[in-house]
Amino acid sequence: MNAQNIDAPSAYFLAEVSDEIETHTLSVLVDNEPGVLARVIGLFSGRGYNIDSLTVSETEHEKHLSRITIVTTGTPMIIEQIRHQLDRLVPVHRVTDLTVRARRANQDKPLERELALVKVVGDGEKRLEALRLGDAFRATVIDATTGHFVFEITGRTSKIEQFIAIMKPLGLVEVSRTGVAAVQRGEEGL
Amino acid sequence: MTREMTGAEMVIQALKDQGVDTIFGYPGGAVLPIYDEIIQQEGLEHILVRHEQGAGHAAEGYARSTGKPGVALVTSGPGATNMVTALTDAMLDSIPLVCITGQVPTHLIGNDAFQECDTVGITRPCTKHNWLVRDVDDVSRILHEAFYVATSGRPGPVVVDIPKDVQFATGTYQGPTPNPAAAHKSYRPQVKGDAAGIRQAVEMMANAKKPILYTGGGVINSGPQACQLLRELASLTGFPITSTLMGLGAYPASGENWLGMLGMHGTYEANMTMHDCDVMVCIGARFDDRITGRTDAFAPNSKKIHIDIDPSSINKTVNVDLPIIGDVGHVLEDLVRIWRSSSTKVDKAAMKSWWGQIEKWRARNSLAYKPNNDVIMPQHAIQRLYELTKHRKTFISTEVGQHQMWAAQFYGFEEPNRWLTSGGLGTMGYGLPAAIGAQVAHRDALCVDIAGDASILMNIQEMSTAVQFGLPVKVFILNNQYMGMVRQWQQLLHGNRLSHTYTDSLPDFVKLAEAYGGVGFRVEKPGDLDGAIEEMIAVDKPVLFDCRVANLANCFPMIPSGKAHNEMLLPDEANDEAIANAISAEGKSLV
Repeated sequence: MNAQNIDAPSAYFLAEVSDEIETHTLSVLVDNEPGVLARVIGLFSGRGYNIDSLTVSETEHEKHLSRITIVTTGTPMIIEQIRHQLDRLVPVHRVTDLTVRARRANQDKPLERELALVKVVGDGEKRLEALRLGDAFRATVIDATTGHFVFEITGRTSKIEQFIAIMKPLGLVEVSRTGVAAVQRGEEGL
Repeated sequence: MTREMTGAEMVIQALKDQGVDTIFGYPGGAVLPIYDEIIQQEGLEHILVRHEQGAGHAAEGYARSTGKPGVALVTSGPGATNMVTALTDAMLDSIPLVCITGQVPTHLIGNDAFQECDTVGITRPCTKHNWLVRDVDDVSRILHEAFYVATSGRPGPVVVDIPKDVQFATGTYQGPTPNPAAAHKSYRPQVKGDAAGIRQAVEMMANAKKPILYTGGGVINSGPQACQLLRELASLTGFPITSTLMGLGAYPASGENWLGMLGMHGTYEANMTMHDCDVMVCIGARFDDRITGRTDAFAPNSKKIHIDIDPSSINKTVNVDLPIIGDVGHVLEDLVRIWRSSSTKVDKAAMKSWWGQIEKWRARNSLAYKPNNDVIMPQHAIQRLYELTKHRKTFISTEVGQHQMWAAQFYGFEEPNRWLTSGGLGTMGYGLPAAIGAQVAHRDALCVDIAGDASILMNIQEMSTAVQFGLPVKVFILNNQYMGMVRQWQQLLHGNRLSHTYTDSLPDFVKLAEAYGGVGFRVEKPGDLDGAIEEMIAVDKPVLFDCRVANLANCFPMIPSGKAHNEMLLPDEANDEAIANAISAEGKSLV
């Protein structure tokens, strides 16, 4: 829990009250200790919040800090709640709403990337078409036999979705995705 | 200070270094090494309960009545799972609790060993934080951290789970850190309120025509200083003041500005003043659903200031205009200072007409009930208990139900920390162990558990604890043979079909008291009440006082589920038809 995560009190604190459902990307810096992910996930399930995507890995080895990136949906009031609820977990160092930060900097969205491994099985025209489309999407072939390809593709969630949809009729058999990793644009760090 | 000792010795040392004088517990296989240290030391009193839930609630009662953290010690498996209700209770009411649980040896964890359960997994959602200690060198550090987390910021329960082999192992003990808030790597709650926000609050309050102070348990948690400042603020401003169930006693019930409790069973004047106010100052309360009623009709024309130490309480259920994050005591100190130094004045004319309106609401006399010469009315019983105990140092705990609401309505609390009740979780069985916890901390005080005939049976075994440790707690049972509050809801919601709310075969409470080694009283006539209460007070033993009250009395006034503050059901209007139609179809699905 950090003071800097609390918005400066002001009578205009909630100038933009809206009931519209929004998608936000939160970055949560936590101690990499046993059970910390369970605390975060348990908070979401226990309070009925949504998780669209969740990515976690240790990012600062010497300090044993992990960064969890969560994509969630809800009304602005709910998302504000999620941020504060996460922030009061003891092993949480900092919660940043990257979507809000991007907006404040007049940017559309934070930088978000996902990686997917996509296995496509087929022959003849379909196989050639898959390869052509893979090229168009700048996917890399990282494994192949005469009967299959495994593409590695990186990009925004929408691009990955589109690629998977296109591969479906061409023999898609398996997908593995990392979930979203995100940072804010510009010089400023967390 | 560092020195070598076993994990079990470290537990005792850490508790002593944290200033703990009492622990409530129950032994078992996985905590034997700690119990072996307890018997070989002095200075730390162990109260042996009869069920682990009792240890938890007793520690809560100790904490709530002293302002210090309560400490409980239980074994693994069922010891830990029996503690879950008390932990959840402390979580919802923000009571600082440090619970130490034994665990099977580390090499057996995950093997479904005897009396093994995933204690940190089970208690994760019902604690502020918890730890499984795998290394003896971490025992002291984690215990000190546990006390820091439990007592700082918004207080709450924590669990430290210590495997048996760690208790036996030898390692290095470290003393407490002098400034744990600065030393902690991630948990540093904000205690000081934002100065600009506080100045803005002063301005909003000064310009108010129809203000109200709405206070809660956070004021009491903040400490006696905060309660003193609250009284000062009320007298400086002349604002009317109401409180949640948890905040009773922060402002005295005899105080000039007091409106009584608000919410579902609050007074008419408190709820109407909330509904019609133009500036609401919420101090250490959290807009709970028992308080707000229908949120879309909650104080519709008000600007709201919310002072709270927990940022997640802000805008959780009700949007506020001015949030001030900080400890109530610190914020009130600044608020009062700024108010004084800027010679702020309230609008006297507006305040006069506001109080005129409030007096009209008060004249509605919403707590009225029909007196009866033949049968004891439950409200009357509480009033007599109050009159005969108010001049003493008295701690009142309750169970949950109608008796709890009547106690809140009719017992006047003048001081903080004298009122121990389960507000958020609504735990039947809370009151007797809580009274025991309070009595342990205040041996010379009168500790009364106002109970119902159903609730008291949920932790009746703690009578045995009270007898063993010479704790003369008084259990004042309003016996109507019903689970009264549930019955009241069946009357409101389910066509008066009283499904399983009549308790057949109640025990003979007088004999039961005697069986435990206590004293029993039974009173059935209003004329005998005063004498019996005085006798009860005089007895230096645990007492079960079976007060037979009107069986079908209901608790009013009431905001029916799904209704707003200005749609209260008042006692003189609550006939059978009004009760049957009080709640709409939509309101029925609410709790």
